[in-house]
Amino acid sequence: MSRPEAERPAAKGRTPGTAAPRKRAPASRTIRVDALARVEGEGGILVRVRGARVDEVQLRIYEPPRFFEAFLRGRAFTEAPDITARICGICPVAYQMSSVHAMEAACGVTVGGALRELRRLLYCGEWIESHVLHVAMLQAPDFLGYESALHMAKDHPGLVAKALALKKAGNAIVEILGGREIHPVNVRVGGFYRVPARRELAPLAVELAEVRPVAEELLRWVSGFSFPDFSCDYEFVSLRHPSEYPFCEGRVVSSKGLDVAVAEFEEHFVEEHVAHSNALHSRLRARGPYFVGPLARYNLNFDRLPSGIQEAARRAGLPEVVRNPFQGIVVRAVETLWAVDEALRILGSYDPPPAPFVEVPPRAASGAGASEAPRGLLYHRYGIDARGLIQDARIVPPTAQNLRTVEDDLRAFVEANLDLPQERLVWRTEQAVRNYDPCISCATHAIPLRIERLPG
Amino acid sequence: MPRREKPKLAVFKLASCDGCQLSLLDCEDELLAVAGEVEIASFLEASRAVVKGPYDLVLVEGSITTPHDAERIHQVRRAARFLVTIGACATAGGIQALRNSKDVHEFARYVYPSPQYLETLNKSTPIVDHVFVDFELRGCPVSKRQLLEVLSAFLAGRKPVVPTYSVCVECKRRGTPCVMVARGTPCLGPVTQAGCGAICPAYERGCYGCFGPMESPNTASLARTLGDHGVDAPGLVRAFRSFNAGADPFRRESEIHEQT
Ligand code: SF4
Repeated sequence: MSRPEAERPAAKGRTPGTAAPRKRAPASRTIRVDALARVEGEGGILVRVRGARVDEVQLRIYEPPRFFEAFLRGRAFTEAPDITARICGICPVAYQMSSVHAMEAACGVTVGGALRELRRLLYCGEWIESHVLHVAMLQAPDFLGYESALHMAKDHPGLVAKALALKKAGNAIVEILGGREIHPVNVRVGGFYRVPARRELAPLAVELAEVRPVAEELLRWVSGFSFPDFSCDYEFVSLRHPSEYPFCEGRVVSSKGLDVAVAEFEEHFVEEHVAHSNALHSRLRARGPYFVGPLARYNLNFDRLPSGIQEAARRAGLPEVVRNPFQGIVVRAVETLWAVDEALRILGSYDPPPAPFVEVPPRAASGAGASEAPRGLLYHRYGIDARGLIQDARIVPPTAQNLRTVEDDLRAFVEANLDLPQERLVWRTEQAVRNYDPCISCATHAIPLRIERLPG
Repeated sequence: MPRREKPKLAVFKLASCDGCQLSLLDCEDELLAVAGEVEIASFLEASRAVVKGPYDLVLVEGSITTPHDAERIHQVRRAARFLVTIGACATAGGIQALRNSKDVHEFARYVYPSPQYLETLNKSTPIVDHVFVDFELRGCPVSKRQLLEVLSAFLAGRKPVVPTYSVCVECKRRGTPCVMVARGTPCLGPVTQAGCGAICPAYERGCYGCFGPMESPNTASLARTLGDHGVDAPGLVRAFRSFNAGADPFRRESEIHEQT
């Protein structure tokens, strides 16, 4: 396959979009990416520029709505983890975890001990799988100037193969514990259908120990990329747990002082109808757009990382608070290494629980749950009746929460880089969106799509 | 190496969760080998490089739920020499076909504050309702093994070997004791097509029908058995009306119990 000029691999550390401008940018132009690649789901970008100002930014979503909240009504509360998993094939565990925690909150049950540990283990698997997919296959090609990881593999075969082995180890956790990698079958309200014996998990510890050096190498590798100097005044939002790096528990906190219980989420966050795009965007009632995901988690929970991981982050050149979304790739690599260690810790001390699940008798109530999906905070709330039938459902996925921030980034980023030739600017703009690892499949059921034919 | 034209592979997505096409990226051991055998001409989830059609093999994930997609699928068909639909969304309408028995406008009002901006169809339908399909691969999600079988069969110019018997056969082969007999757990295995490897019973739960109806399933007899195991009529409706709600034998069985 031949590669056109613009796709030639840049020298290591050189990134597309950093070339000196050849000529002045025209006075008025449009950046349009009709089908955004290397994101999960279907979306496009439209940026209209007049002179030195960005007139309009739209992250357009073509993904058809699927109406999950609507058809969950009337389903059994026990079906929520299986059904909501199908919102997103990339992060089904996140949907399963947020939904079971919401149902357990409604029914007044908490799940602890080894069952809680196994849930964390499952989530480690998803983080590893999803982060490595994003870091190595979807995001790294941007930094090195390749169209895709498969193009990149031609020049860096060893690295791509190692990254695939690391990703596979994450998938192996989900497969052994969950039954299969995509839409695992073993998660239920109250715990699991069946819990593994020690010997079933033993091969996982071996596999993870083998790939741990790959996680370190991946971190070293991405920390050597060059990052455009870029930042905005973000409000970061994530869960925060009293002692752990967050997965499924904790309070919802922000870098501007928010600190509330998950059950209070809807008092502080609203979904708004924004005229320019007619898309629903989440915002903080008090202040506006906010930022969820690895950067937010890391910034708000650096002190919850074990010292070895903090050290690895420092060695990778990260400060304790990272404000440049282009460095999200490095934070993902840090979280990947952490997830490998956390999984190894859980595997090392695992004793099967006495029963695979705790009984969760339904009652007429409402319950909220939140967990940290690879892409950020995922909120679920359900109302159920005394028979356990769902009456009401609300799901706020991470990508919907980031949309306003992504659009703000695009506006600022394009304005600051208008000197770049069009082709590079377009690629860089796509890259700025991929920083958020947007999962449009997830976001869509909260975003009405607007079919608008825009003049090109 | 002698250069020959590699077959062009394209992947398209309609209403779906991305899970089925992700199965391809999850083939960690085989991915680079597959990439060597075919030209990945369009696979937006993985690459920004898009090569124009026509394509030798097109994989379609997702169901038709918008007027736009109902048109687009004809373009996709025209560009495809061989069109394979992957997953329950594409072969039966997917979980989003739960709208088919309800009022989609009410759904839209429930989820969105400005439902007038939505362009959505009343029903979620499989691709085969719109265009000719060369092969349908079941599952929610599809099995990696079967997906690779489809790719290699295509590369070898033969028909994919994908059994149409029930999950029960896979349970027997795996040596899993029947969850209905041994524990009285309701299970859709007797009427569901094999392919997943009978995962659920191996994890001590009943099959919930990801791969859709097997060839000539006796859903009525299974419904009676499930009833004996304590599943009430609304429970039967829910059991047959999930990820393959739009597949005819499951749809008909669910409608029977809705009336009782
Ligand atoms: S069939 Fe299931 S796994 Fe495949 S795209 Fe549809 S919802 Fe996702």
